[in-house]
Amino acid sequence: MKKAISFITIAVIIFASLAGCGSSANAGTSTESAGTSAGTPNPAALSGSISTNGSTSMEKVIASLIEAFTAENPGVTITYDATGSGSGITAASEGSADIGLSSRTLKDSETGLDATVIALDGIAVIVNNANAVDDLTVEQIAGLFTGEITSWSEVGGAATPVALIGREAGSGTRDGFESIIGVADACIYDQELTSTGAVITAVTSNEYAIGYASLSAVSDKTKTLTVNGVMCTEDTVLNGTYAIQRPFIMVTNSGKEPSDAVKAFMEYALSSAATEIIANAGAVQAR
Amino acid sequence: MKNAVEKFMNGLFFICGIVTIIAVLTISIYMIISGIPAIKEIGVWEFITGQVWKSTAAEPQFGILPFILTSVYGTLGAVLIGVPVGLMTAVFLSKLSGPKLSAAVNTAVELLAGIPSVVYGLIGMIILVPAIMKTFGLKNGTGLLAAIIVLSIMILPSIISVSRMALNSVPPEYEEASYALGATKIETIFKVSIPAAKSGIAAGIVLGIGRAIGEAMAVMMVAGNVANMPSLFKSVTFLTTAISKEMSYAAGLQRQALYSIALILFFFIMLINIILNVILKRRSGQ
Amino acid sequence: MNNRISAKRRAHSAILKGLIFLCSGITVVLLISLISYIFYRGLGNITWELLTTSRSALKNTIGILPNIIFTFYIILTTLVIVLPVGIGAAIYLNEYAENKRLVNIIEFAAETLTGIPSIIYGLVGYLFFCQRLKMGSSILAGSLTLVIMVLPTIVRTTQEALKTVPYSYREGAVGLGATKWYMIHTIILPSSLDGIVSGAILAIGRIVGESAALIFTAGTAYTLVTNYLDALGTSGGTLSVALYVYVSEHGEFNTGFAIAAILMMIVLFINYSTKLINKRLKKDR
Repeated sequence: MKKAISFITIAVIIFASLAGCGSSANAGTSTESAGTSAGTPNPAALSGSISTNGSTSMEKVIASLIEAFTAENPGVTITYDATGSGSGITAASEGSADIGLSSRTLKDSETGLDATVIALDGIAVIVNNANAVDDLTVEQIAGLFTGEITSWSEVGGAATPVALIGREAGSGTRDGFESIIGVADACIYDQELTSTGAVITAVTSNEYAIGYASLSAVSDKTKTLTVNGVMCTEDTVLNGTYAIQRPFIMVTNSGKEPSDAVKAFMEYALSSAATEIIANAGAVQAR
Repeated sequence: MKNAVEKFMNGLFFICGIVTIIAVLTISIYMIISGIPAIKEIGVWEFITGQVWKSTAAEPQFGILPFILTSVYGTLGAVLIGVPVGLMTAVFLSKLSGPKLSAAVNTAVELLAGIPSVVYGLIGMIILVPAIMKTFGLKNGTGLLAAIIVLSIMILPSIISVSRMALNSVPPEYEEASYALGATKIETIFKVSIPAAKSGIAAGIVLGIGRAIGEAMAVMMVAGNVANMPSLFKSVTFLTTAISKEMSYAAGLQRQALYSIALILFFFIMLINIILNVILKRRSGQ
Repeated sequence: MNNRISAKRRAHSAILKGLIFLCSGITVVLLISLISYIFYRGLGNITWELLTTSRSALKNTIGILPNIIFTFYIILTTLVIVLPVGIGAAIYLNEYAENKRLVNIIEFAAETLTGIPSIIYGLVGYLFFCQRLKMGSSILAGSLTLVIMVLPTIVRTTQEALKTVPYSYREGAVGLGATKWYMIHTIILPSSLDGIVSGAILAIGRIVGESAALIFTAGTAYTLVTNYLDALGTSGGTLSVALYVYVSEHGEFNTGFAIAAILMMIVLFINYSTKLINKRLKKDR
């Protein structure tokens, strides 16, 4: 037994030193990128790694930006984990990601963070291609999602039930949709999925379904409805006539000095070089 | 010198040996430490028997009864389907089939065991969910039924292999005695072999239960993930999927509540493990 | 001859026999249809482009090269850590341990580890490796989590392999004056190599199929990182994780099936290799 105790102590010591190893490995990457901040940042020699984490709606936009940026700056490695707006914000505030991505504005309770709006995105209301309905008013959408309207026939479609497809509670898309339509905390979904793409997939395969997804992700797999007569396009989002929209923001920790690579990437996202890239990805660059 | 090397290697191997103990202790301690705070704050009774889970509402509620019941019903359903099919297949493999057919079916079972859970989820999503929707005329195909079917297929291999081994180790004298008394082969199987192998079969069932209750990925793709009280045709959330759905973005009390769910799940699993061990000990004592 | 068996009993037996055949048939048909469907929908989508490029948002193409590389790195890292520890533990249990109670406790601990669901591993791995040890979402954190998951498998199979070494080998070595460690590393380990390899292959199977634990510890990213040391610290999705992401978040079922087909081929290969090694083991005895 004595032997056992002494060896377990040794094991604990080994574990503790592993802990030290872990943090120094992390320090390794940040000193590497901090090293380039001495003196004037030279874009040609930009190197380091950036971890981004968050909104699934921003997938296309971020992936395009990352690709274009790393084509010009091959020394930089940027990763993107699609986990949802809520987790992007959490990751930024905990420091586990350099840039958190969110498709909604920060709440008052989310302090210690800086938000940089890089684009505007419309939330498209989508139904299955076989659905006869083309247009809905905001009131009708609210009625459908709170369960007051239970048949498509009440809004001009066939006499079929309504299947509500939504997002998980931390989703920026869900937050934007519910707050603008005015049904926050009142929706009872038939499915709660964890990404914008999953909602699209569910709506594609269910003729009774209605859901909401980022404009940048929708395609002809589903039918996008007009809301109060206004179609969700980049233009209507930009000029505000399409009401259901929200910002794409990059969230950084106020207490942490961003590395050169992070700064350069964020400037790139805001620059005119990124306008077309963001437009091709389906969102509108914020001006 | 030799002695020193000898002692060193002895010590090194000892450390390797107790890594498993350290791992189990660490996991248990983490689960308990992370899980207790929320349970304390919400109150054990409200937590376990509360029927409403609204973790992000303005006035959050954290009742996990829907999750507990869903996990229990889901596992029960999977066992109700998986055990008969699995046991019968094990009987076939052990008592009725020739060596070549046995080998072929055994390969089939081992392959089933190796298929990753996401692949089961994929097929569940593509084939099972629309099939359920069409067959029962529902507006939505995800739900408890889809999860039960996927889980029962996933636990088949465990039940089959363990039951087969148990049936194989029934002393042939029992069966021969039964034949001598005039029983048919089938009667012998059901009245002699299966009862003789019953603790091994029970071990297989408990193994299957453990797998079913712990499955997350495949279930997440077919169950719909809404915090409803369990019902075959409505979307449901299991203990496991409750965690995986909200874990990444949860903060504050919500996050701690998720740790508490993990603690409850961990507790269930430990219970199942202990039962399994008791069954096996009783068996080796026989 | 069998008019001693009443019609009722005969009918009874016939029904049960039918039930048995039905159930076994279900199992076999299930498996055949599952595998066929996966290959039917997946094989056609495995293109050269898929296997050798990364996902490009600008060109709107999909490639799983990064995921293949990440899978490979995770397997490598996990094995490098778990094999020494697991084999060491098995050696201790089989050759050195004297306290029977300690052996029982260790084996009980290993059994317990096998029963813990992968999502709890993911959670604890996230809490311990990613947050407490500050590794963030990384291949290394994922590997360490997998090490604990796979450890029992290696310990068990190595123990079995060690047990098959005839006692006479050990007696002979001691008779010649060898110390325990010398005997172990010159005689016993080489004889047990087959069993150890089979355990490693089983472990690879488990690693490749794992998704829940890895999503929380190694992340889902698909940026191509070829340098091994860099990759250790980066977030990266393995093939199973990529399958989940492409299917659930992008609705790219074709890619999903292609990855499923690749995973099935890996599973088939692993099953086949294990069988082969076990056959060799049986021959040698």
